[in-house]
Amino acid sequence: MTKRTGVFVCHCGNNIAATVDVARVAKEMGEVEGVIFSKDYVYMCSDPGQSTMANAIKDNKLDSVVVSCCSPTLHEKTFRDVTEEGGELNPYRCEIANIREQCAWVHKEKPKATEKALKITRAAIKRVQNNQSLTPIGVPVTRRVMVIGGGVAGIQAALDLANAGLQVVLVEKNPTVGGHMIQLSETFPTLDCSQCILSPKMVEVSKNKNIKLLTQAEVQEVSGFVGNFKVKVRQKAIYVDPEKCKICDDCAKVCPTVVPNEYDLNLTPRRAIFIPYAQAIPATYTLDESACLGLNPVVCGKCADVCEADAINYDMRPKTIVEEVGAIVVATGFDLYGKENLGEYGMGKYADVLDGLQFERLCSASGPTGGHVLRPSDHKEPKNVVFIQCAGSRDPESHCAYCSKICCMYTAKHATLYKHHVPDGQAYVFYIDIRSGGKGYEEFVQRSMERDEVMYLRGRVSKVYENNGSMIVKGVDTISGKNVEIEADMVVLALAMQPSKGTADVAKTLKIGRDKDGFLAEAHPKLRPVESVTAGIFLAGAAQAPKDIPETVCQASAAASKVIQLLSKDELMHSPAIAKVRLSHCTGCEMCVQACPYGAISLSGPNAKASVNDVLCEGCGTCQAVCLRAAIDVKNITQMQVHDMINACLGV
Amino acid sequence: MANVQETAKDEPGFEPKIVAFLCKWCSSAGSDLAGVSRLQYPSNAVPITIMCSGSMSPMFVLSAFNKGADGVLVSGCHPGDCHYLKGNFYARRKIYLVQKLLQFIGLENDRFRMSWVSAAEGVKFAGVVDEFVKDVKKLGPQTRLKAKR
Ligand SMILES: Cc1cc2nc3c(=O)[nH]c(=O)nc-3n(C[C@H](O)[C@H](O)[C@H](O)COP(=O)(O)OP(=O)(O)OC[C@H]3O[C@@H](n4cnc5c(N)ncnc54)[C@H](O)[C@@H]3O)c2cc1C
Ligand code: SF4
Ligand code: SF4
Ligand code: FES
Repeated sequence: MTKRTGVFVCHCGNNIAATVDVARVAKEMGEVEGVIFSKDYVYMCSDPGQSTMANAIKDNKLDSVVVSCCSPTLHEKTFRDVTEEGGELNPYRCEIANIREQCAWVHKEKPKATEKALKITRAAIKRVQNNQSLTPIGVPVTRRVMVIGGGVAGIQAALDLANAGLQVVLVEKNPTVGGHMIQLSETFPTLDCSQCILSPKMVEVSKNKNIKLLTQAEVQEVSGFVGNFKVKVRQKAIYVDPEKCKICDDCAKVCPTVVPNEYDLNLTPRRAIFIPYAQAIPATYTLDESACLGLNPVVCGKCADVCEADAINYDMRPKTIVEEVGAIVVATGFDLYGKENLGEYGMGKYADVLDGLQFERLCSASGPTGGHVLRPSDHKEPKNVVFIQCAGSRDPESHCAYCSKICCMYTAKHATLYKHHVPDGQAYVFYIDIRSGGKGYEEFVQRSMERDEVMYLRGRVSKVYENNGSMIVKGVDTISGKNVEIEADMVVLALAMQPSKGTADVAKTLKIGRDKDGFLAEAHPKLRPVESVTAGIFLAGAAQAPKDIPETVCQASAAASKVIQLLSKDELMHSPAIAKVRLSHCTGCEMCVQACPYGAISLSGPNAKASVNDVLCEGCGTCQAVCLRAAIDVKNITQMQVHDMINACLGV
Repeated sequence: MANVQETAKDEPGFEPKIVAFLCKWCSSAGSDLAGVSRLQYPSNAVPITIMCSGSMSPMFVLSAFNKGADGVLVSGCHPGDCHYLKGNFYARRKIYLVQKLLQFIGLENDRFRMSWVSAAEGVKFAGVVDEFVKDVKKLGPQTRLKAKR
């Protein structure tokens, strides 16, 4: 217990002094046991206030200090710095008593507020008198980064990081990077070709010496902590050596198995050995084990026979790769809301009811129809196309409650592109309202209405059904108040965006949170939008919330810059206010081991007693609340300290 | 509950002594917001900021009553939002048991309360304290667990 405590009571101008009798607080605190110095001052955080404090610490050889002022979130750091730098005292010997936000500002009657301020300050004194001097724990960092997900978010983050000189491991579960953006034909609001702007970045990823690309790979296990993660990645066997593959297509020509091509949203077929599309990165064929007639034993073997480059090897096995990294960026993207959920729109039932991504493929020059908008059912040019917005979005009762944000824009784009492809066709859009916030966005939507004569109908569609080869779309136009029925050749649904399929697993593996809709949760919705709650893990792209490409790229670069900042030093500082075990009391019962949210406690030593990993421990105190023997405590907020504070609060 | 005293001794001028344990990340931040918004609530509850509601030992509750608290409030992040991932799930289970224990001992239910207040809920924080103080006032001084000293 310290014996020379100093107390500094701040007036905060009139903010505190108007409701709390600060002079009385200073006087009464001066009488508390162990307090040898107590003073009130008009602005403690001002320069003269800080010097007063520093000098008082030195002149009176104070061994602990309490500043009774505003919330510790504002000035704890300030006053701890003063304690250390000016007062030459360990900063952990300084505690804050919050008598502004928690007292002066919420009460009016001065005597009552003063009574409370006395209790709050006394509690802080009791606490600080049992504080220990602590030193932040320095932890060396690994200057490598893992990026999970190779969509435009992951690509952008990886390139930014690599260009800043950091080593990057980019983990993508599909055979190629590119994500959804590579499936798009043109992009709003400028209508530049998606592949033309993304392919060069994909090539850069494959060429950059600082980037190690692992495709067909997924993260399995993560251990460690900020600065020092150990990640186990499992990579599927692809049975083709990318170094040798010449992309000649000889193998696919002989492969007898035909399955739908995911890249074209199942609108085209592919073989079991395939390349998703010509510009895929890595540029190699890959053998889809699940479609192949059999590898163990080899049933067909035709592809290996024809491969002149000798690139095919049926003996490849999945690999487990362990990577050590200092930080992780999660960019696992989105998936469209399951079509099975939208039976009322005939999705999955009628060949000519498509989702937005399928429509992108129909518009794309590299798509199944060579860039002509043709109906999948009979390859005829559709003359009436109905686009339905908010399909699955903004419907808390039956679907997703949130707005998917980008569908208004891409529907306007689809209608426009459709008119470019079929100038004599008519596009209809059912919408709830149009959300077109963004540079050039509103103008884009207006142009689709005026120049391309897209007919916008405000209202919901109740039903889509087939009649004589056409789709009948029934809905209401709430503006005219009339029921409408449109005979359409094709229906395109702007399905809600949802977190990509494996997001829940990824979040669990990485121990990061998700929001109520399943998207990855940011540490703070306004001030820390690219950080997860777990230190050292950052978020980028549509995995965090629905967003378009510009916003995705922004967030990816922001996440990269946060990582660069984090890894710019050789050591990270970890708070020393962590748990400590009293070995004499510990029975090794393992209650704390199970309770610790960070897996920071293990049994060790000859008597198998609890031992805390200094770096993993975050100091939450969950352990100390479960220990029946009071054998574990968080430094500087031990149970004894809390009991002392309770007494002080009750005036005992 | 048979063993709960039905003693509404609303003594005039009685100002209950309350200890409010607030988790640093949510409820304490919520109380700061109440302050910044200049909301007004009774001054009876004296806050103790703890790292997480999960660090709330049942002993703290008993100790507060033993030292003469008329009411004890524990407030943490909403379930699922704990800064330390799952501390408040532990808190919730533990608090439930403490409640049962206190009932068993014969302490009125309204003297002990758990609430979930996020950093954005200044208004809720002020409301929680306001209501709690009112409820405890109705019960009068707590003598059941208070040490005779
Ligand atoms: C129909 C449609 C049209 C659109 N049109 C436009 C437009 O015109 N303009 C515009 O700005 N935006 C448009 N968008 C939005 C754009 O597609 C997204 O903003 C962008 O794709 C988001 O990028 P991302 O990298 O976050 O996610 P994604 O593109 O989804 O990429 C995520 C990547 O992560 C990989 N992955 C997922 N889980 C894992 C895992 N567990 N391990 C490893 N890898 C994993 C995926 O395979 C994928 O490669 C459109 C979207 C749709 C649906
Ligand atoms: S320390 Fe806090 S209370 Fe004191 S003057 Fe500065 S801001 Fe105001
Ligand atoms: S304080 Fe929290 S993080 Fe540290 S050992 Fe205890 S339970 Fe684990
Ligand atoms: S940090 Fe608030 S309840 Fe755990």
